[in-house]
Amino acid sequence: MAAHLSSGRVNLTALREAGRRELREFLDKCAGSKAIVWDEYLTGPFGLIAQYSLLKEHEVEKMFTLKPGRLPPADVKNIIFFVRPKLELMDIITDNVLREDRGRSPQRDFHILFVPRRSLLCEQWLKEQGVLGSFIHREQYSLDLIPFDGDLLSMESESAFKECYLESDQTSLYHAAKGLMTLQALYGTIPQIFGKGDCARHVANMMIRMKREFPGSQNSIFPVFDTLLLLDRNVDLLTPLATQLTYEGLIDEIYGIQNTYVKLPPEKFAPKKQGEGGKDLPTEPKKLQLNSAEELYAEIRDKNFNAVGSVLSKKAKIISAAFEERHHAKTVGEIKQFVSQLPHMQAARSSLANHTSIAELIKDITTSEDFFDNLTVEQEFMSGIDTDKVNNYIEDCIAQKHPLIKILRLVCLQSVCNSGLKQKVLDHYKREILQTYGYEHILTLNNLEKAGLLKPQTSGRNNYPTIRKTLRLWMDDVNEQNPNDISYVYSGYAPLSVRLAQLLARPGWRSIEEVLKMLPGPHFEERQQLPTGLQKKRQHGENRVTLVFFLGGVTYAEIAALRFLSQMEDGGTEYVIATTKLINGTTWIKSLMEKLEPAPF
Amino acid sequence: MNRARADEEEYWHSSKFRAFTFDDEDDELSQLKESKRAVNSLRDIVDDDDDDLERVSWSGEPVGSISWSIKETASGSTSSLEGRDSSLQKGSSSYAALPKQVSSYSLSSLFKGRNKLPSFQSLSDALTDTGVKNYAPELRRPKAEYKDYSSDWSPKDTVRRMQRGKVCSLERFRSLQDKLVLLDEAVAGHDGNVITAVLIFLKRTLRREILFRELEVRQVALCHLIHFLRETGEQKLLLDLLRFLDRTEEVALSQYREHLNIQDVEKRREFLKGCIGLPFSAEDTSHIQDHYTLLERQIIIEANDRHLEMAGQSELFRKYPRKASILNMPLVTTLFYSCFYHYTEAEGTFSSPTNLKKTFKIPDKQYVLTALAARAKLRAWDDVDALLTTKNWLGYTKKKAPIGFHRVVEMLQRNNAPVQVLQEYVRLVEDVETRLNLATKYKCHDVVIETYRDLKDRIQLTAYKCKVERGSAEEEKINSILNNMQIRWKN
Repeated sequence: MAAHLSSGRVNLTALREAGRRELREFLDKCAGSKAIVWDEYLTGPFGLIAQYSLLKEHEVEKMFTLKPGRLPPADVKNIIFFVRPKLELMDIITDNVLREDRGRSPQRDFHILFVPRRSLLCEQWLKEQGVLGSFIHREQYSLDLIPFDGDLLSMESESAFKECYLESDQTSLYHAAKGLMTLQALYGTIPQIFGKGDCARHVANMMIRMKREFPGSQNSIFPVFDTLLLLDRNVDLLTPLATQLTYEGLIDEIYGIQNTYVKLPPEKFAPKKQGEGGKDLPTEPKKLQLNSAEELYAEIRDKNFNAVGSVLSKKAKIISAAFEERHHAKTVGEIKQFVSQLPHMQAARSSLANHTSIAELIKDITTSEDFFDNLTVEQEFMSGIDTDKVNNYIEDCIAQKHPLIKILRLVCLQSVCNSGLKQKVLDHYKREILQTYGYEHILTLNNLEKAGLLKPQTSGRNNYPTIRKTLRLWMDDVNEQNPNDISYVYSGYAPLSVRLAQLLARPGWRSIEEVLKMLPGPHFEERQQLPTGLQKKRQHGENRVTLVFFLGGVTYAEIAALRFLSQMEDGGTEYVIATTKLINGTTWIKSLMEKLEPAPF
Repeated sequence: MNRARADEEEYWHSSKFRAFTFDDEDDELSQLKESKRAVNSLRDIVDDDDDDLERVSWSGEPVGSISWSIKETASGSTSSLEGRDSSLQKGSSSYAALPKQVSSYSLSSLFKGRNKLPSFQSLSDALTDTGVKNYAPELRRPKAEYKDYSSDWSPKDTVRRMQRGKVCSLERFRSLQDKLVLLDEAVAGHDGNVITAVLIFLKRTLRREILFRELEVRQVALCHLIHFLRETGEQKLLLDLLRFLDRTEEVALSQYREHLNIQDVEKRREFLKGCIGLPFSAEDTSHIQDHYTLLERQIIIEANDRHLEMAGQSELFRKYPRKASILNMPLVTTLFYSCFYHYTEAEGTFSSPTNLKKTFKIPDKQYVLTALAARAKLRAWDDVDALLTTKNWLGYTKKKAPIGFHRVVEMLQRNNAPVQVLQEYVRLVEDVETRLNLATKYKCHDVVIETYRDLKDRIQLTAYKCKVERGSAEEEKINSILNNMQIRWKN
């Protein structure tokens, strides 16, 4: 189930185990049979930690989704709410509790498990509604960093960027620091910390402070990580706005990957047997899990989409040949051997069938005229062409009322690639957007401006060309099939964030001081002392391990670029990636948009 | 890096801007199809036991995953309630008989007294504990830990305890000085949860002016309070605070946001009217003004048109009943609506397109596009023609489109324009290749024929003969061109 977590350089199964242990301990605290009422958002992340069987072993007999109204009848002793600390969820819980039939016997006990942290604000809220006393246990489950894959951790905190950069609420940074302390408790103190950006500075400060305040935390584990690199998302606002062009990145852009699962239109996944078709065509979306446990997926996920087709067709030939073998099997022994390989071959076959279908779905979109036009404009902006005037394609898209998020992504991209737009250009876009999509979006535009994504050019100077040239963000000769540089993930654009990581490893940030000063926030280095016995003596040729923590979100294309660097023969560094949330341009912009519908309550 | 215009040609054809064309000679899509065929054909060989490989339901949810189980147990609770209940009772009785069988109470957790008192030890606390502490917690944690109200914690300790999720009484902090130290400690801890808790306490126990004054020099705490007030909907206090801070634009936006919660249009209009005077930036002020004016218009138009529709007198409304009310729609949608239902109205009426255009200073391009879409939908081809015709000062007319004629053609085609209408605009597409493509696609024979003639391409023209009907005027036209000795064919 979780074998893929131990496949990387750092065995992340231990982190998952720690999470499971804590969950068991909490469940056992509420003695007797239980029903869990789930904040739906949490089921995905929890699914990466535990299966239903674990809950069942601890007397969880029913599970419901949190919704207003009376709780379903269930003859259990305990009702446990698993929720994020959000006020609107507290209102639903209040409703549930108030409608509970007091006359029923035996009475059911209520408990709340806050994920990832108890919130005094929420408890205050419950108190004001007069239901706080109804809960016997009110606890927290610090699901800070969830292992997604052998080299990937995420906090799945969707509002982290908004909170940090729009609301100056640093709570998610506090969780990040907490998560890093947990990680250090399991994998040893990380001797070197580098960082760039205000949030990075805060997290490093908190880590140092926490370490000082818990002297007992001095552990005796041999350090697994050599370096921690903390990066603010607002140091690189550009990358998430561009369309990702890796296989996994495109799946996410088009269908959205949530907690390693993707839902796909069912048409291409034909029913298994012929003759059954027609009326039995599935209408429900096909749901697939995507992680490195699947051999084929691990091989193609990080490739540029243009290089995926040839791998798939090669695989198809190999598998066909393998199945052909059965004709050559003559002796009982040979047949036996063939049969013993069947399960593996079948798994490979179904995996290949799935990815061929997905590649077809994606190809339909990437070959469309609009995808091409959109990408052309993005690449123009990123390579510095015509970023200072109103763009025709964007205007046309507004005129044809393309989805607002698409427009915002493009306009923000233009703004970032021009260090802000000329006032006249900005005003023009704003007017067009408001007239076409509604004046109330003025609130969203204001949020984007606050976050620095869409702004007037204040200094009158455009720093982007200097940054682009120094960091080699635009590569003219990109090789998509056999890449020799990270720029393959965007077919030409090398993600700024990953360049910073790459340059840190070699030759070091001192070489780019000037550019670092142009990017927002401080850059810094801290060292954490290790007891003498734990200092690492590196074997010759052994790679260093760097944990890169993206504060405010990371895209699949950036992850692919870091994995590419890990695999470089003379790279010398392997990367593990952590983030507050896995994002793409669309989900990111959406998180910054003003919610326009009033809450259901 | 600034490319000269002359380079453009080269840039369009250079490989990196080709979005997704595979490098292989054979088309990738057919390759994909081929692999899929190969894979599918294998199904006949091995099948049936497919499901044993991965136990997934069709939706792909692995059987036994949490989200799968929610559906399972939830549906069970309604449909087969009785059956479940009986088995359930059996289950619970067996639990009663063997109470500790399934639980994993460890020795250490018993020592910690976990089952008796709510303990808020978190994962990271547990992990950073040393072994000694696990087995003898009393050594490091005094009993008083469980008694919150009697002890005398310093501000620092209080904050630290709250960070660990313990409930602390803050009432002991009476003097302003103490309260501010407490707040500063909370801020230094960066835990928003604790900061907010302290702020709630301060908000309750301090005079408003003092609270505001102290927060003004504590930006982080201030942000948290603003966020908190926004979350809990304490609009009045929020506005007071922002006003005190002189953050006038934020006051304005925050107040404006409120209109979203007003369902009644009349009330919403009134509210927006009140927003006009708020201290927005100059640019935003004009947008807010427009928002108000638009809603005011929409209310008038809506009342009028609903009446018209009900009366059933207007043919337009009978033929094309309105799908939704126009209230709260964006400006461009409103313009489309008025171009659809009120196109011919004089400029004086509120619902006339020209009036909207003038009032809201809608750019020509936007106006023509919207009007085109509306008139094409009604198949009013004369109006379409008029929209695309401009007169210069000498009185000559000329066709002009705001967005390339190929887009115009597509728009008209979507609305099933007849060939005669399409033809006229296909002819105006500047790029020869696009023009030929569109003309061929939509069977505008005349345009195809004339284009080939202009290109002096005898081969293509001859080939096109088989696409037109035998004995038609088009065929005749082709023949006469081919027989024309004046033309110097290039092939």
